[in-house]
Amino acid sequence: MRLLRLAAILAAPLALSGCQAVVLSPSGDVAVQQRDYLVESTVLMLLIILPVMALTVLFAFRYRHTNQKAVYEPNWDHSTQLELVIWGAPLIIIICLGALTWMGTHLLDPYRSLNRIDAVRGEAGGQDSLQDSLKVDVVALDWKWLFIYPQYGVASLNELEAPVDRPIAFNIISSSVMNSFYIPALAGQIYAMPGMETRLHAVINAPGDYEGFSANYSGAGFSGMRFKFHAVAAKDFSAWIGAVHENGGSLDRQAYHALERPSQNEAPRTFASVDPALFDAVVNLCTDPGKMCLNQMMAIDAKGGLGLDSARNVMALEYDKYRRRGSLFGPVPTGLASLCADPKIAETAKADAPRMASAPVRGLGLPEPSWFKTPTPPSAALLSRHPTNS
Amino acid sequence: MTLAETRPAEAAQTPVFYDLDEHDHPEGGSTLLGFWIYLMSDCLIFAMLFAAYGVLGHNYAAGPAPRDLFELPLVAVNTSMLLLSSITYGFAMIAMQGRRVRLTQFWLAVTALFGASFVGIELHEFGGMIGEGATPQRSAFLSSFFALVGTHGLHVTAGLIWLATLFVQVGKYGLIEANKRRIMCLSMFWHFLDVIWIGVFTFVYLLGALR
Amino acid sequence: MENPILHALFGRLTFDAFPIHEPILVATFIVVALGGAATLGAITYYRLWGYLWSEWFTSVDHKRIGVMYLALGFIMLLRGFADALMMRLQQALAFNGSQGYLPAHHFDQVFTAHGVIMIFFVAMPFVTGLMNFVVPLQIGARDVSFPFLNNFSFWMTAAGAVTVMLSLFVGEFARTGWLAFPPLSESAYSPDVGVDYYIWGLQVAGLGTLLSGVNLVATIVKMRAPGMTMMRMPIFTWTALCTNILIVAAFPVLTAVLAMLSLDRYLGTDFFTNDFGGNPMMYVNLIWIWGHPEVYILILPLFGVFSEVTATFSGKRLFGYTSMVYATVVITILSYLVWLHHFFTMGSGASVNSFFGITTMVISIPTGAKMFNWLFTMYHGRIRFELPMMWTIAFMLTFVIGGMTGVLLAVPPADFVLHNSLFLVAHFHNVIISGVVFGSFAGIAYWFPKAFGFKLDPFWGKLSFWFWVVGFYFAFMPLYVLGLMGVTRRMRVFDDPSLQIWFVIAAVGAGMIAIGIACSLIQIVVSIRNREALADLTGDPWDARTLEWSTSSPPPSYNFAFTPIVYDTDAWQDMKERGYVRPISGFKPIHLPKNTGVGVILGVLSVIFAFAMVWWIWWLAALSFASMLATAIAHTFNYHRNFHLAADVVARTEGERTRLLLQRS
Repeated sequence: MRLLRLAAILAAPLALSGCQAVVLSPSGDVAVQQRDYLVESTVLMLLIILPVMALTVLFAFRYRHTNQKAVYEPNWDHSTQLELVIWGAPLIIIICLGALTWMGTHLLDPYRSLNRIDAVRGEAGGQDSLQDSLKVDVVALDWKWLFIYPQYGVASLNELEAPVDRPIAFNIISSSVMNSFYIPALAGQIYAMPGMETRLHAVINAPGDYEGFSANYSGAGFSGMRFKFHAVAAKDFSAWIGAVHENGGSLDRQAYHALERPSQNEAPRTFASVDPALFDAVVNLCTDPGKMCLNQMMAIDAKGGLGLDSARNVMALEYDKYRRRGSLFGPVPTGLASLCADPKIAETAKADAPRMASAPVRGLGLPEPSWFKTPTPPSAALLSRHPTNS
Repeated sequence: MTLAETRPAEAAQTPVFYDLDEHDHPEGGSTLLGFWIYLMSDCLIFAMLFAAYGVLGHNYAAGPAPRDLFELPLVAVNTSMLLLSSITYGFAMIAMQGRRVRLTQFWLAVTALFGASFVGIELHEFGGMIGEGATPQRSAFLSSFFALVGTHGLHVTAGLIWLATLFVQVGKYGLIEANKRRIMCLSMFWHFLDVIWIGVFTFVYLLGALR
Repeated sequence: MENPILHALFGRLTFDAFPIHEPILVATFIVVALGGAATLGAITYYRLWGYLWSEWFTSVDHKRIGVMYLALGFIMLLRGFADALMMRLQQALAFNGSQGYLPAHHFDQVFTAHGVIMIFFVAMPFVTGLMNFVVPLQIGARDVSFPFLNNFSFWMTAAGAVTVMLSLFVGEFARTGWLAFPPLSESAYSPDVGVDYYIWGLQVAGLGTLLSGVNLVATIVKMRAPGMTMMRMPIFTWTALCTNILIVAAFPVLTAVLAMLSLDRYLGTDFFTNDFGGNPMMYVNLIWIWGHPEVYILILPLFGVFSEVTATFSGKRLFGYTSMVYATVVITILSYLVWLHHFFTMGSGASVNSFFGITTMVISIPTGAKMFNWLFTMYHGRIRFELPMMWTIAFMLTFVIGGMTGVLLAVPPADFVLHNSLFLVAHFHNVIISGVVFGSFAGIAYWFPKAFGFKLDPFWGKLSFWFWVVGFYFAFMPLYVLGLMGVTRRMRVFDDPSLQIWFVIAAVGAGMIAIGIACSLIQIVVSIRNREALADLTGDPWDARTLEWSTSSPPPSYNFAFTPIVYDTDAWQDMKERGYVRPISGFKPIHLPKNTGVGVILGVLSVIFAFAMVWWIWWLAALSFASMLATAIAHTFNYHRNFHLAADVVARTEGERTRLLLQRS
């Protein structure tokens, strides 16, 4: 297999651009393994693709109309042996590829914690560092990236700092629409979706400044939704954390809501303190005061809802149904809904207008059922919509 | 069809290559098959709506749940309306085979009456829910509920318009071949809606009331 | 907020909806208006309106409808390709701090419109047009099962195309990408009319496609000539059958999912919202349950075309007919089990991902078998390199590359690094252009003489071929490279100047393809002018093997004076080999469907309905919908839809053909 891999890398027609092709020469162990699968699969398939292409040219040339010397058998249309070969050959390739796929998909499952730092050091070398992974909470905003470092209580916008050779565990969410979190040099991408947390485990093995961006179109400012990923030595990382603390800036709810407003090409900046419950509130769509959290809502739903009395209580639920996140204008019902909107709902809405800075992240104006305990922190059992780390 | 035999062994002997004494394809010979294929595609639309209900049916958004909303007795009456209309459609088919124009029309009218009361009761049910604030906008559960049941209701309404058209056509032109074919198609459509409703009744209403 | 009377009359349509402040659109409008006026003027000057109306627009003849589909596809190809050129130009320019020449608002519409138009209004009409024209002729039938429905389907497809085109000059098109994923496509994030144009354009066209699918399945099952058992059907008919089964089983999914999206947008329901219990990921799943079979809807018929072309121009029976049929059926079934490979990166878990990855790879087995079958059809053949065969060879050499990168993308670990990148864009253009576009051109070049009675000019055809093929490699190989450099799709501006050279090469490639398209337009004009020299009097210009070549070129309205009887897969070859005798007397009157204008009326009404829904002009929507219903019901009161073509008319037509055949020999 190693020989094959070597041959493929040499033979790759794209070798000329190899130095720039970050996907083919990444710096993170996960991306390196993913590159290897890419190359191995290519080689496996070339085993059958190249002969087919050669035969096409050969047959087209040899059996051309003007070549009257070639054999001509107008009624030859079946051969059991040949049929076996033409079904069997792709089948064998696909069996190999399928086995490879099954293995690779499970080994490189982004939800799975790492079991090695890189190929050389293997599993034994970094057992200590494996225990102590850097946690980063990633929030995709319109149109910028927010990174929260819960272990250090700091955050950065549009730049990501991480130490080399230390596993990173990303928790990824989006505040509004679908994005995809992708640093090609580090590891493959994973979607950032609203209300649905995803995970990614990766490690970077060489210091440097790498490109990161959204790989899923998300609206007008999508092109500028890029950030620099700085991989630095461990001591430089500590220094950076120190500098962030010194630079000040605080990311509380109000700052977050200001940040949520759509903006493009934001300059990188950092925050020395972060509301510790912020990421959880973003995941559960309840950063606004007086909103019901998703996990709370799902717990209520699992118990059978809140009955008919709650039918008109919608203000605590609204997140971005009527207006995009961060827009300054009030709800504008669209389409036929403007004709059919229930006036009573609008009245309730007025009555329940949110008061700013009312702290508890809980449904407003809803009777709290007696059996319900406010889940802080949210118990994993209730988070059926959030995949748990297996 | 003896012509469909395999290729004769003696290639020298020239076989008959043209059907010199053919007859017209019977008009509408493919209609029932074509309509059946259409019904299957329509069935897929319902399958999607069922799937959406399956995914979203528990998301009450801290609002009312099936047990707060569904009135099983009313739905049972409604179901019996639709089932009865299927039976009366069967009588219309029997009358059609007996070439009895007026009787066919009579049973078609009765079917329409049952169908219309089904739609009426459904609208009443919807009206009650919306009046209590359980609108399609309230939660994903209610969105998918109204979409599924409402699409079925729209189909029944379309069936009623078709019934009315056929009623006039049978009266005007009698039980000619084309009309018989149309009555057959509508029959398939009507019974198909019945089958879908059984699914709705079981999965939405009965299971909803149980949970 | 504004005048309530105007609001009631025009909904949200105001003067602001007309993009008079966007110079690119104004220029486009002027060109389209001048071109349109010239075309209309020419039609009026040459007094062609009556002819077009009675012979084409109202025609229920499957051959005419097929040709109209192809014409529609070609017109929309010009629009879709203009979008492609604009994108290539923007991406080649927007470097070193330059914003290019397209603002985000415009660029995002352009890539959405490009995708939607190319799939729904270019590829689909090409495929449907070819099937409509060829299938009844190949199975020895006089028309499809439901001729009126066929006309109606075409006009619904055209109405969808018109709806999408309207968005160019009134309002805007969607800015969401061609599949309009929520929440971006929900009213909170796309409050404008773009997504509504998208929804109604596709709903109207989708209805046409679905009905045409029902029609062709019924035709193939019921209308085959005597003796043509399932395993004696020409391979193109087999692929058409599988395609139409896929259409019938996939398009309702699209209809349902778009209906749910429109309920969200119009009624404020919560199917795909973030809050209130909605689930945007369900949309992604549902639309790909339609979307993946759609890919095979596009490619399967062209596999059939390549099979016919290879057999004909190799002068040989198709190698492995049976395994070809089974391969097609297997692909049809498997195409429903792979949809999740479009979003491995959603985080479904390793077992789910590897299941869908492996099912995707399994599809490449029957596809590979097909490739070998074409190879061995060429083996021991006598290959004539006419235009259709050249397209086929180009397909075989190019498609395998796209197939390989496709399987690569089906390996989840590899997909994680290539998903949504330009590598993916290069992959699907690689399979769609080499498969669907080259296939359609092969099919058009192959059956053109059958449709019009003269061949296409080979010189301009070959010029077009070389520009297309070379242009394709120039346009898309750089995108593979860019994908491996980690460049994602739908980007408007770029930071890294080292990428620019690749985009410039790609733009040059797109320019070459533009010349290729121009060459095929010239080819059509030149061929019409040289039609005497290029004429085909025999009805069998390529020495082909299936039944459509047994009748005259172009075929008479009734296709076959006497229904042929089939003993072999290659029925016409069999007839030629065993000395068939063409009957020259004993003609009988032939039962044929009458033309009707109802399809056109319904098409126009559905454009009005779609437009009214897009702009919230509720009274017009209600009125046009009621009119559609009334027209459809009135149509059912017409019981006299057929007539008998008199025996002496048939005898005269066939006598003329006898004369031409004798004159030649």
